[in-house]
Amino acid sequence: MLVWRDITVRYKQTVMGAVWAVVQPVATMLIFTLVFGRLARLPSDGVPYPVFVYAGLLPWLLFSSAVTHASLSLINQAHLLTKVYFPRLFLPAAGVGVSLVDFTLSFGVYCGLLAWYDRLPGAGVLALPPLVALTAATALGVGLLLASLTVQYRDVKHVVPFLMQIWLFLSPVVYPVTLVPEHWRWLLNLNPLTGLIGAHRSALLGLPLDAGALTAAAAVAPAVLALGVWNFRRMERRFADVV
Amino acid sequence: MTAPAIHVQQLGKQYRLGTAAPLTRTLGEAAHALLRRWVHAAPSRHAPAAREPFWALRDLDLSIAPGEVVGLIGRNGAGKSTLLKILARVVYPTTGRALIRGRVGSLLEVGTGFHPELTGRENIFLNGALLGLRRAEIRARFDEIVAFAELERFLDTPVKRYSSGMYVRLAFAVAAHLEPEILIVDEVLAVGDAAFQRKCLGRMGEVAGHGRTVLFVSHNMTAVRNLCARAVWLDAGRLVRDGEPAAVIQAYLGRHADADARPEMDLRDWPIRRGTGEARLLRARLLDAGGRVCGRFTRLGPLTLELEFESRTRDELNLSAAITTTDDGLKVLQLAHQDSPGFVPGVVFGRRKVRVEVDRLPLQCGTYHWNLCLHTAALDPLDVVQDVLRFTVEDDLARSPRPFRSTREHGLCSLPAVWRYVHAEEPAYAVQ
Ligand SMILES: Nc1ncnc2c1ncn2[C@@H]1O[C@H](COP(=O)(O)OP(=O)(O)OP(=O)(O)O)[C@@H](O)[C@H]1O
Ligand SMILES: [Mg+2]
Repeated sequence: MLVWRDITVRYKQTVMGAVWAVVQPVATMLIFTLVFGRLARLPSDGVPYPVFVYAGLLPWLLFSSAVTHASLSLINQAHLLTKVYFPRLFLPAAGVGVSLVDFTLSFGVYCGLLAWYDRLPGAGVLALPPLVALTAATALGVGLLLASLTVQYRDVKHVVPFLMQIWLFLSPVVYPVTLVPEHWRWLLNLNPLTGLIGAHRSALLGLPLDAGALTAAAAVAPAVLALGVWNFRRMERRFADVV
Repeated sequence: MTAPAIHVQQLGKQYRLGTAAPLTRTLGEAAHALLRRWVHAAPSRHAPAAREPFWALRDLDLSIAPGEVVGLIGRNGAGKSTLLKILARVVYPTTGRALIRGRVGSLLEVGTGFHPELTGRENIFLNGALLGLRRAEIRARFDEIVAFAELERFLDTPVKRYSSGMYVRLAFAVAAHLEPEILIVDEVLAVGDAAFQRKCLGRMGEVAGHGRTVLFVSHNMTAVRNLCARAVWLDAGRLVRDGEPAAVIQAYLGRHADADARPEMDLRDWPIRRGTGEARLLRARLLDAGGRVCGRFTRLGPLTLELEFESRTRDELNLSAAITTTDDGLKVLQLAHQDSPGFVPGVVFGRRKVRVEVDRLPLQCGTYHWNLCLHTAALDPLDVVQDVLRFTVEDDLARSPRPFRSTREHGLCSLPAVWRYVHAEEPAYAVQ
């Protein structure tokens, strides 16, 4: 219900409606292609760069927009928090839900892009739902942590976009993992997004899968989520007092 | 005895005062504080002075049976809304516990949980969902809600375009129709128009009639008196009195009137006034029978009003005073000089002091203000001051022959009259 509400609100306010959810990844993809693909000539594992970068952007945008929505959900809806009772977890969860809907839309666009490049994905697509779920779970965990923090410290709100920016470049979105020297890879794998983005790519583009990275990500996701939920539950009694 | 619908034990809620609660400070401040603690304990300019804990509610015990209608009264900041929020589970108590049996419908402050961008229709569904109702259940009551709120035409308008009254109409309609077992309503109806307020009070009565529990906060004593079977008076977070509404209200109004009585006033700077100013009221006092300044009078007892004024007008003066109720400003009683034929104010240059003596004050128990008026004989206002000399009227229960207090709900004034039985042989009316 809250998801439905957030979506209605979001698409109502912006004139272009659902278009927006599509334009954002496409525009980002175009810019990245231009800057990193053409100008910086980053390699792309032998796939056309736009296809490559969009495959990374899909999970990344899902993750970052979910984290952002979730972390702002409490202060943006202080009016609900202080007036009605409902499980507080709904608010950040709804934020993640909205991002999932956006994801579906931009995934549709990606299918178009793949068709254009004549690289329609194979059975790998079937691996997508669990991967998306894993990404969403990680995002929810991080979002919950940030959400409790935002309620307590108002300036966290300004830190979140910045954090996401840095995180983007620490994740193999615009560059392939293969660009990183072998003996530094483990460091990259500490970031759950590395495994998730890699897995998305291999599912969509039929690239070889880095099973180690994915396992790491799959282990981190529930841990982050559990930590997020635990901390959220611990803090939620105080939300209405301070928000 | 059935289990109580609401049971509150040793309930306490602590807030932190000061410019910002420690939890809402920014990261910057937190870092600053940390740094300070590191370096040494030098006091910071940024540290708010008052950060002592503050109890909005303290050691509250309260038990409300299913089907009871309870009115919560108390001054601003007494903790009424805090109690309702705890019962609605929006905030958590610091100490003690609150047990609530049944689904709670709450209306805490204006616009409970509405999203400004969504239309009235969408908000009804959203609110219902937050209360834990299924879509079908909400749909079943949808028409009733809309009819009650009388907002058919605005259903598809985003609620941010609603007037505050419309907002409350919708919010109340939703809260009252989604069949809560316990209905909690804070003082929000005040923005609704009179007709709607009546309707809401009626609806609350109806809800209560169906064996549901209603707890509501109001500064409207008449509403509390009419609707509730029980009133609870909170002050400074503690329960002061709990019981039969008339008695609790009387005690509540009496207490505050006492604290706020102003039987002696310098009127020269009093702001609420009108008139040409060619004559001006300077001072006024209320006196008891012994000529002492007094803010508390007995019903049907004596009262003396003393006025001092200054005049420069060539017109003849007209002096009058009116007693008004403090809660709704109703003029209850007028004292005009023409009614006492022996007294002629005449034309006055300079200062005068006037005493107006009332033998038997016919006012019911309650708190009152005075309006004091200087007019010309043609009734053009020279100086009219309003809402001054607050005082109370009480029954002297020890000496009064009446065993109960006479309050304004029984009539604005009361008078002794000659009562007798008419003997059977006397004709009931004169036959010519
Ligand atoms: N979130 C909060 N943080 C700090 N203090 C608070 C908070 N909420 C309420 N208070 C304080 O608690 C006290 C009780 O407030 P409450 O709103 O319960 O009063 P009230 O009885 O409802 O008053 P009113 O008649 O004005 O509605 C007030 O002094 C208020 O300043
Ligand atoms: Mg209040």
